[in-house]
Amino acid sequence: MITPTPDGELLRIRGLSKSFFGVEVLHGIDLTVQAGEVHGLVGENGAGKSTVMKTLAGVHTADSGSIELDGKEVSFDHPLQAQRGGVATVFQEFNLLPERTVAENVYLAREPRSGGLVQRRRMEQDTASLMQDLGIVDIDAGAKVRTLSVAQQQVVEIVKAMSFDARLISMDEPTAALADHEVELLYQLIGRLRERGVAVLYVSHRLQEIFDLCDRITVLKDGSLVDTVESNEITPDELVRKMVGRTISSFFPEPREGTEIGDIRLSVRQGGNRMLNGISFDVRAGEIVGLAGLQGSGRTEIAHALFGVERFTRGSITVDGRTFSPRSPRQAVRAGLALVTEDRKAEGLALNQSVAANARLVLDAALPGRGSSRAARLSGILSSLELAAASDAQEVRLLSGGNQQKVVLAKWLVTDPQVMVLDEPTRGIDVGAKRAVYELMRDLTAEGMAIILISSELPEVIGMSDRIVVLNDGEISGELPHNTDEETVMSFATGQDNVEAAS
Amino acid sequence: MSSASPAATGPLGAVRRIFGGGTGPVFVVLLTLLVVMLLLNPSFFQPASLMAFLRNAAPLIILAAGQYFVIVSGEFDLSVGSLVGAQVVIAAKLIDGDESRTWPVIMLMLGFGLLVGLVNGLVTTLLKVPSFITTLGMMLVLAGAIRLWTGGAPTGALSESFRQWGRMGIEVPVLRQIPYAALIMIVIAVLTVLLMRGPYGRTLVATGDNDVAASFAGAQVWQVRTLAFVLSGLLATVAGILIGGFAGVTAQVGDGMEFTAITAVVLGGVVLGGGRGWIVGAMAGALTYRLLERLLVQLDMPSTLNPTIQGVIIILALAYGSRRLWGRRRRRAAQPITTKPQPSGAE
Ligand SMILES: Nc1ncnc2c1ncn2[C@@H]1O[C@H](COP(=O)(O)OP(=O)(O)OP(=O)(O)O)[C@@H](O)[C@H]1O
Ligand SMILES: [Mg+2]
Repeated sequence: MITPTPDGELLRIRGLSKSFFGVEVLHGIDLTVQAGEVHGLVGENGAGKSTVMKTLAGVHTADSGSIELDGKEVSFDHPLQAQRGGVATVFQEFNLLPERTVAENVYLAREPRSGGLVQRRRMEQDTASLMQDLGIVDIDAGAKVRTLSVAQQQVVEIVKAMSFDARLISMDEPTAALADHEVELLYQLIGRLRERGVAVLYVSHRLQEIFDLCDRITVLKDGSLVDTVESNEITPDELVRKMVGRTISSFFPEPREGTEIGDIRLSVRQGGNRMLNGISFDVRAGEIVGLAGLQGSGRTEIAHALFGVERFTRGSITVDGRTFSPRSPRQAVRAGLALVTEDRKAEGLALNQSVAANARLVLDAALPGRGSSRAARLSGILSSLELAAASDAQEVRLLSGGNQQKVVLAKWLVTDPQVMVLDEPTRGIDVGAKRAVYELMRDLTAEGMAIILISSELPEVIGMSDRIVVLNDGEISGELPHNTDEETVMSFATGQDNVEAAS
Repeated sequence: MSSASPAATGPLGAVRRIFGGGTGPVFVVLLTLLVVMLLLNPSFFQPASLMAFLRNAAPLIILAAGQYFVIVSGEFDLSVGSLVGAQVVIAAKLIDGDESRTWPVIMLMLGFGLLVGLVNGLVTTLLKVPSFITTLGMMLVLAGAIRLWTGGAPTGALSESFRQWGRMGIEVPVLRQIPYAALIMIVIAVLTVLLMRGPYGRTLVATGDNDVAASFAGAQVWQVRTLAFVLSGLLATVAGILIGGFAGVTAQVGDGMEFTAITAVVLGGVVLGGGRGWIVGAMAGALTYRLLERLLVQLDMPSTLNPTIQGVIIILALAYGSRRLWGRRRRRAAQPITTKPQPSGAE
């Protein structure tokens, strides 16, 4: 099945250039990937990583340059063609159909048929044996995709790719939506792919992963190739410098000098609903409270309850001492709350609208009248977030993933909230921008804002929070101080430490 | 970090905004038709005939503006045609030739238009009936009620002061007479453009684009959409007043106008399914459509061709719009977490 050229080289990209509307976003990229290699592709938001992958996958066609597979030049006009040619891609967005089974998704549009009828049985058997080959045990080929966790859906995407006998799988931020422990699953799978001689092109903003997984790393900056390095010959700090062009401290910023923990801004007592029970915690002015927990433990549900989306049916909330029971996001916004939602495409952005329209949507929708004076501050906020967009008039869907996230942040910052709930605020954004978000959080708390930080990245929660509230299965399993280590947080999150008293 | 990426600015960007942005083509078509008209019949551009043309086009332009609000919010309003018919019949019956009743009846008609829009909006947003069905139902209800009320043939008569709006104008030098209809149309154009540039307009378009995101941003999605239907009902009423004055009293005056208005809106580059398009494009679409009709007359084409042309435009627009809708569904379907509750009033 695998017939790499003698030197093991599987893919060679030469001088790849690509323009959109007359503006070049890739300037002559060279890249080689060996069979069985995991090759990291890193760079800032908008550096062109996704564009490289999409060009390879036949979503975009290159303006110039060549792509060789096994020494033969190829050019794919369509993702299906690329898949047949052995190049599969797990895109930044999922492409699975939730109401179909795993097997139906894997064999979508090429179901085995006999006499016009789909052979469901055979399809499921084939999928099951494929998954067995890959060492996947916990997914049922007949289960609806809807019922799977995000990590499992990711695995299904990869199984689908492998069902095409893929020789090269590109993965665009595959862990962006995964919790730390789920990442493990992906690691194992990638290990198995590597054993089979499949090459993996891996994009991620999480440098930890890049160093854990990759043999070589290629750095892009502003659409140009910076360097390709062996991963064991470079330190994370050096890599960051290549990506950003300057040094960025890998430590989390300390609270600003003179930040005072003040009065209680937000307080929840015995809050509960369908998914939550007995939720009680306080957030004070100038404080960052982290919500940690596994996927589905109720972190996002707390955010939604505070925002009047899925209300607490029991218990009470107070904001600045006043009772508050929001029935809609609008009431929450008007009470001074802000929620940076975790899913920016579905919940955060109107993708066909401009940067400006999205950035002032909260002002327009919930606070008209007060809008214009605040809107004047928008351009300042956008540039402090280092947004890379052609102009304020550019449609948000054309921005890179990380820059989209910055627009979401901006639209909430401009409302001057008292309490800000950040649900996965750094998902998909680059090291520099992450650092900017952390610095921003410190600035905001210094001004007296209260922040609730929800994150699947434990180092982030631990590094940024003054206190960490750990959730397990819809209940609070512990409240831990800021310097708690990862193991302790995890043990509370998985419920192994329930008996020990929380601090 | 550099901020150099694809430009929407500069000369290239301007060209793209005109041709790629959806609104551009309608102006190109409009200009082309005007040139063809100039070649075929220069006398069309004499003030009198030009003004007559504008008077004739104004009601459709106003209807298209109303329809734009509904379409850009992601819905349809099929009831405007029979609303126009109903309003004309109501006016004739209630005024019954009595000058002193003109203004009270016009107020009443505006109230009725508002009510129809409100019902359309509330049924669609709160009862979650697809607007296609809601407004189709409203169209049938209005037509039936009018028939029941008038017993088949409309009765009564319009007053002179009512009819002047559709027929008369202001005398000025050079242009001779600017029709009231054209003036009203311009006022409405200015007001609606201002509305679209304000918070409500931007929220409306964002809601049509992604109502979940709009809801999370604090929009009351049901209010936003209901107001769009109300605006459509009000503007249909204004169109009805102009049409009644000009065309006279029959219950059929509005027949098919909902489709003509939708055709005009999509011709103006507004995407069915919501979230994209400019109100000026919608109104230009209406003007273009009327000009096309006029041109067909000029070319001695049978007017029976009109529905066919409308049909082709709508099918093309639907094909384009559904491609986009399909893409959006795929994107929504691809949401990894499915137990996530949606904010209330999001759908
Ligand atoms: N279809 C498109 N039309 C116009 N511009 C585009 C399009 N796709 C990407 N771009 C632009 O190309 C540049 C590179 O984008 P790309 O998505 O490849 O970045 P990325 O490295 O994947 O960033 P991120 O880490 O944020 O995902 C960006 O400036 C982006 O705005
Ligand atoms: Mg990307």
